[in-house]
Amino acid sequence: MNELEVFRQETRAWLEANCPASMRTPMPSDEMVWGGRTVEFKHEDQRLWFERMRDKGWFCPDWPVEYGGGGLSPQQVAILDAEMRRLHCRPPQINLGIWMLGPVLLEFASEQQKQQFLPPMAGGEIRWCQGFSEPNAGSDLASLRTSAVVDGEDFVVNGTKIWTSYGNKSDWMYALVRTGPMEPKQAGISLIVLDMASPGVTVSPIDLISGKSSFCQVFFDNVRVPRSQLIGELNGGWPLGKALLQHERSAMSKFSESALPTHFDLGEFLGKYLASPQTTAETVLQQRAVVCLMQEESFRLTNQRIYQTLRARQDASGLMAIAKLVHTEQERSKFELLLEIMGNHAMGWQGEGFDQRELDLTGAWLMSFAQTIAGGSSEVQLNVIAKRVLGLPEAK
Amino acid sequence: MSLVYNEDQLQLQDSARDFLSARSPASVQRAIRDQDIAAGYDAGVWQSMLDLGWSAVAFSEADGGLDFGFAGFAPLFEEIGRHLGASPLLSSIVLCGGLIEQLGSEQQRQQRLPQLISGELRLALALEENARHAPEAIQLEARRDGDGWVLSGEKTWVADAREADGWLVVARESEGRCGVFHVRADQAGVQTSARSMIDSRNMAALRLDQVRVAADDRLGSNDAGKALDLVLDWGRACLAAELLGMSETAFSMTVEYLKTRVQFGVPIGSFQALQHRAARLYADLQLARSSMMAAFAQLDRPGGDDRERRRLVSLAKWQAGQVAQRVSNEAIQMHGGIGVTDEYDLGLFLKRMRMAQNQLGNSDYHCQRYSDNRSA
Repeated sequence: MNELEVFRQETRAWLEANCPASMRTPMPSDEMVWGGRTVEFKHEDQRLWFERMRDKGWFCPDWPVEYGGGGLSPQQVAILDAEMRRLHCRPPQINLGIWMLGPVLLEFASEQQKQQFLPPMAGGEIRWCQGFSEPNAGSDLASLRTSAVVDGEDFVVNGTKIWTSYGNKSDWMYALVRTGPMEPKQAGISLIVLDMASPGVTVSPIDLISGKSSFCQVFFDNVRVPRSQLIGELNGGWPLGKALLQHERSAMSKFSESALPTHFDLGEFLGKYLASPQTTAETVLQQRAVVCLMQEESFRLTNQRIYQTLRARQDASGLMAIAKLVHTEQERSKFELLLEIMGNHAMGWQGEGFDQRELDLTGAWLMSFAQTIAGGSSEVQLNVIAKRVLGLPEAK
Repeated sequence: MSLVYNEDQLQLQDSARDFLSARSPASVQRAIRDQDIAAGYDAGVWQSMLDLGWSAVAFSEADGGLDFGFAGFAPLFEEIGRHLGASPLLSSIVLCGGLIEQLGSEQQRQQRLPQLISGELRLALALEENARHAPEAIQLEARRDGDGWVLSGEKTWVADAREADGWLVVARESEGRCGVFHVRADQAGVQTSARSMIDSRNMAALRLDQVRVAADDRLGSNDAGKALDLVLDWGRACLAAELLGMSETAFSMTVEYLKTRVQFGVPIGSFQALQHRAARLYADLQLARSSMMAAFAQLDRPGGDDRERRRLVSLAKWQAGQVAQRVSNEAIQMHGGIGVTDEYDLGLFLKRMRMAQNQLGNSDYHCQRYSDNRSA
């Protein structure tokens, strides 16, 4: 038996012994565990699973042991992932810091910064949020204006960040700020990290068309941030920000894997609301639903193809460039079609006359409008495909 | 399920590309049309395909084949699409060869398959009696007569029927049973009438008037329905690959044109209105490719589930048809005037695409079939 096979056997045995049975069931969205200063557990099993995985270093299994990671090789990480999937283990915690900021710190931060930030992240002690977008810097992120001005040993930060997910529940933020000139605008940007408990930071949640949301706006009023919390070079933050966004895709896929209860299967609703079409209009609706199902299956196959292409060490960049565009637009079309099929049942806001699934659907439909905008709008995705994949020329 | 080509498939694709670009570029398709060649393909090109072993790819060694698996046809038909390569590979090998392999007795296979693979024998599948694919609506009648059979009826759309050595005729027997019969071209009572189609390939109507065939000319003795369903799926998957090859070529011609055509002092590909339309086509092409690959993977899966196969093949043919429709329309529109001239090759792609979209089931047909075979 080779070393990897031994590792597989040991991992399987350890998971079977240490992952409580209740942590091997599908996870309702309100049972996600978020690491951080105020980590909350609904059950003792959640705490056990959290602590056991933490002590193993398996919140970030691929990180070096010295920074609180598991020190596993890529092959071992793949085995761990596969074994966890096999046993249906829930993710022990959700932590954007580990998935997005961690890899960038490992690559670009000073040794002292790694010592300072990575072990608490790996231990699930600090919950991180992202400060990139601003009210006037959305798709054109490089035009951001939140300023960080050097004053002695500190930066003094003023401005505002928007669309910060869970800004009101996070302990620290990594943010792109302006430390240099606006022209050329990418050249005056730095990446800093800051404690959300610092004086001068205020956070207000944003209500969306779907109701309450996790999005927040964060305001900075003369917030003092030690210069030691600059990551990378002064005015060298833009490439780091781009590196962070590259990790966003994999983070989002981990996130959606763990947030399965929000999934609405078209087939489920078809059986209930359009079981046997009688009229031409109903038949047309049903055909549109079948088209929707075919597009969804093609996208699932495309996701598998991305994985297989990467595994075969072939270029998957073009395929990866379409994934967000196709998925979010398919979701929105599906919800729009469900509205037509279900009529008023899909447009209830609250209270009697609707079951919970219907009310959840209303929210998910409205939320689907945010998905084609957040994390790079469909238009930005199309620009990326046109320029980077197809090589079409820049506008003059 | 493998959704990317393996080394063997990539090698086959390379060699097909080299051969077709040298020997059967789009100009050959144009010459077939302009010289009004009745067979609808270039005999020399077909002979070379046979020499390259393309007809042997999917058959077992016992049947005289190479035992490569059905997956070999994915890269071949993709390249055939890219180069508009006309040949009887689909009609004679995939469809007729497939039916003989699936239905024929040991003796029938030994008599016919090696000849078919070598090209000595060329057959065409006489199935369609309607302008749109309807394999379940066969009316042509096969009546028992002593030891043999008598066939009567019409097959109105038979691809590659002209100059074939014979046809495999799908007929309705008593009690709704379905049989496949080998009818030879020189047999009494058969009349072929050519149909000149937009793709300039070989199409004819067949009329069978009391055509007597021997008992041994019926492939096997069982109902042919199940085998026909399977073999038509092989053909559909090949058409999906051909359509995808054509679509990708029409798309790359268009992207190239967007980069080089200058109007208002700039390449028109710098206009965001056109960039976004091109980007959406690129995404559509990827979904179609994933579906095509899944269909071929399923066809080679030993003991695969029939419903799963039907669903995935219909998905592939549907996606390929949809993307061909969109790409051809957008390609011509974005090319502007040059796109509607006969001199430019896009029109040849458009015409072959529409024929392949309709052949063995258009989008509506496969949407229905996908729905019928969806897991409950």
